[in-house]
Amino acid sequence: MGHLNYDDAKKAVFRGLWLLAAVTLVEVFFSLLGKGHVIGGVKEIGWVAYPIGLILIGLSLYKAYFIIYEFMHMRYEAKSLAMTVLLPTILLVWAIIAFFQEGDAWKGRREQIKEKNEESAEPGTTTPQEGFIPTDVYVPEWKG
Amino acid sequence: MATTETVLEHHDVHDHSGDAWSGGKSPFKASYGKLMMWYFLLSDAFTFAGFLIAYGALRFSSPTWPVPDFVFSTAPFGIHHAPLIFVTIMSFLLIISSVTMVRAVQEGHRENKNGVVFWMLLTVLGGLGFLSCQAWEWTNLIGTEHMSVTTNPFGSHTEDGVYLNEDGTESEETFKAGSSFLLHKAGAHHGDDHAEGGHEHDYTPGDHPGYVVDEKGFIHRKFIVLEGKDAGMVKTESFGPAAFGALFFFITGFHGFHVFSGVVFLLIILINAGSGLYMARKNGHEMVEKIGLYWHFVDLVWVFVFLVFYLL
Repeated sequence: MGHLNYDDAKKAVFRGLWLLAAVTLVEVFFSLLGKGHVIGGVKEIGWVAYPIGLILIGLSLYKAYFIIYEFMHMRYEAKSLAMTVLLPTILLVWAIIAFFQEGDAWKGRREQIKEKNEESAEPGTTTPQEGFIPTDVYVPEWKG
Repeated sequence: MATTETVLEHHDVHDHSGDAWSGGKSPFKASYGKLMMWYFLLSDAFTFAGFLIAYGALRFSSPTWPVPDFVFSTAPFGIHHAPLIFVTIMSFLLIISSVTMVRAVQEGHRENKNGVVFWMLLTVLGGLGFLSCQAWEWTNLIGTEHMSVTTNPFGSHTEDGVYLNEDGTESEETFKAGSSFLLHKAGAHHGDDHAEGGHEHDYTPGDHPGYVVDEKGFIHRKFIVLEGKDAGMVKTESFGPAAFGALFFFITGFHGFHVFSGVVFLLIILINAGSGLYMARKNGHEMVEKIGLYWHFVDLVWVFVFLVFYLL
């Protein structure tokens, strides 16, 4: 190893155990807090999910950093090796933004379809295309 | 020999020296096997990320999503209404087995064969403990709560309302929008059932005054909507988003399969280490270090599975 003597390294490992266990317990605490299990009524506050979500994501990223850098010894590898492994994961940031945006759009579509399905159509008042095609699309006259 | 030592101990690489890449030595100061383990783990991380991002996109696209503290609130030995407790224990098992793995790697560097075997054995036990917990969790979800890849009995209310009694009259049981329910199956025991007063229920498929029983036997209770544009209407509980079951079983299953193969590889390397094979190689038990990287990665993935399925 060369970076720490044996006894210090042993102590560092068990410090890591308590750290990860403590962070996990804090995560569970915040998760239950956000769901209203710790203090009743917290769940009904609309905005509370966002800071708690951010805290949970932050703590998980910290756990990931600790596992990679201490347990997997990335700290002691050549910096160039570490970068070839870690930098490609930045691509995932883009994938997360893009696909969550996409998921949100699917939700909008579903709501739109549900709305349209609930509309009642009086016979003779609408042409068959109406309601399916957006208003800015040219529709040739219905000859049905 | 002295010069080789200096190079190995010297960890800060000066990228612009040009020296590291001029040939004759390993610029990453890592063996081929270890380097390739890192790149395998990187590709595996992308696979898991693909699954988890798909989970996120589908969850974002659903108007409701099963609340984890409601879905995962049971534990063995008849414990109910203990949200996230069991899965926290599962997380601890993986963390502890990660720590014992680090110890095995440390003993390997000291060429301490017995130390390696001892700590790897503890690691294997941790992995088996995690797999057993997961087996219980799946058994409970499939056998007791009747969740499957295509059916998700964990639903959520989207409106405030009040349940109907069995005879179709309004009950005292009100609920708020966003609260969760589990569709029970006729004739099945759910563990947390209220003690029923001995009278028989009619759970034949079809429309009943207080509930609807579908062909699969799921009981959908009827309720009166109390607010919104549908106020006063009688509706029945519907299934939760079907994607939840498929995503849960697929992603935790894929992770569990990683744990399982990890346990198998740990056992193989444990036997090899015990036989003295790695002592003979005189490379500080590098094989133990490589399987250690894999095992920590399994723990790392669980951090994110735990985050998205159980915490958020």
